[in-house]
Amino acid sequence: MANYSTNEFKGGLKIMIDGEPCTILENEMVKPGKGQAFNRVKIRKLISGKVLEKTFKSGDSVEGADVMETDLAYLYTDGEFWHFMNNDTFEQIAADEKALGDNVKWLVENDVCTITLWNGNPIAVTPPNFVELEITDTDPGLKGDTAGTGGKPATLTTGAVVRVPLFVQIGEVIKVDTRTGEYVSRVK
Amino acid sequence: MNEVKWAPSAQIETLKQRAAVLASIRSFFAERDVYEVETPSLSQASVTDVHLATFSTQFVGPSYAQGLPLYLQTSPEFAMKRLLAAGSGAIYQISKAFRNEESGRHHNPEFTMLEWYRPGFDEHLLMDEIDALMQCILSCDKAQRISYQAAFQQYLSIDPLTIELESLKAVCAEYGYQDIADQETTIDPLLQLLFCMEIEPQIGQDIPCFVYHFPASQAALAKLNEQDKRVAGRFELYYKGMELANGFNELTDAEEQSKRFDEDNLQRQQMNLPTVDKDMRFLAALGQGLPNCAGVALGIDRLVMLATDKREIKEVIAFDIERA
Repeated sequence: MANYSTNEFKGGLKIMIDGEPCTILENEMVKPGKGQAFNRVKIRKLISGKVLEKTFKSGDSVEGADVMETDLAYLYTDGEFWHFMNNDTFEQIAADEKALGDNVKWLVENDVCTITLWNGNPIAVTPPNFVELEITDTDPGLKGDTAGTGGKPATLTTGAVVRVPLFVQIGEVIKVDTRTGEYVSRVK
Repeated sequence: MNEVKWAPSAQIETLKQRAAVLASIRSFFAERDVYEVETPSLSQASVTDVHLATFSTQFVGPSYAQGLPLYLQTSPEFAMKRLLAAGSGAIYQISKAFRNEESGRHHNPEFTMLEWYRPGFDEHLLMDEIDALMQCILSCDKAQRISYQAAFQQYLSIDPLTIELESLKAVCAEYGYQDIADQETTIDPLLQLLFCMEIEPQIGQDIPCFVYHFPASQAALAKLNEQDKRVAGRFELYYKGMELANGFNELTDAEEQSKRFDEDNLQRQQMNLPTVDKDMRFLAALGQGLPNCAGVALGIDRLVMLATDKREIKEVIAFDIERA
């Protein structure tokens, strides 16, 4: 993999830090009028998801990370792996629990997810921004209210728990924002 | 087709405010009998400072069929000191300065600098005058002053004038800069690192802050302090997270100046950077006699950022490098 000098740093560049692939979120040059220049970068570690700041001496170079993203449709899970397929080539990739992390609760069959590959192996799975899931359980006793109050918890088919307005009932399909985990609307 | 970005990076309203700041600066100096000068942007000589990268070009024309190498000035300092040596008296200049390899939220490779010189002033008198200018432009309170040593003692509990390299590396590692510390063989880049990252964000937040008595090893073009040779008559001004100005009780000794240029070039060789010819006209002027004086360079774009409450330098210049 190529090395990148600090002059090539920019948002989205994938580099290796502490043996882990990272993506640069922000890059700022810090340079006194007289003296050494530094680059202060904000990075996200792609495996742990941790966001941290790191400072480099300007002119230094860092090893690039062989990271690519690919859009694949979710097929099924066998309990150990979650299988995804490229709808054009029919090529399949299996991601493990570690790569999925919390996002497992947003997987809907046939939804196209973004799979992050490091050296060809899946390290992260990003679901679509919005998914539609059916409510399997919520307190039915609360009726006659509209959105605006605190709402109530509802369990979805995947096990995810989302706060929904009081009028939403078991069996209904709702749209959820996977980035915030918040209810968006009912799906007719 | 991609749309061509022709529009300015600054709002027109900001450019009007900028014009007002420039007008105030000019009247500030007019009241004090400091007159405005202009010196070349293109110079036949460059600077040896290891941390400055220059743009170069060449003049081709009458007398110079083969081309005359020229450098865009990184500051008008040498030319202005030649005027002082020629008996100019107190002068100021508002000019463009050019620095390669510098671009970011607080940097544009081409920027506007206010530089002025006061014969008979020492650094403290000049700080008084800068303070007055700041209050005049930004309506801020009187600045605070702290020595470089005291700043390190107060914020990092270390003495920058006596600390050994190994202990300094350990301090850097403590603050998360192990990788940088590991590769350094001298004190100064690490002091600069800690200063930029750990001290600067803590000083001058509410009122401007002068840091004076920089270490002799970072004297640049300042005289060493007569009472304590470990420090130099160099100061910097910080306000709201930005370095605004750098000033000196100016070095007037030609021999010492020439020696510092040689040391810069030696350091350039060690860093695998090209060496830079010394500016002989500047050295000759010092040899002739530069009056005792203090001088300072202040970044006007950053001053306008503060005056207009903008976050990025491109918001206060008509066209930043991306649109130039």
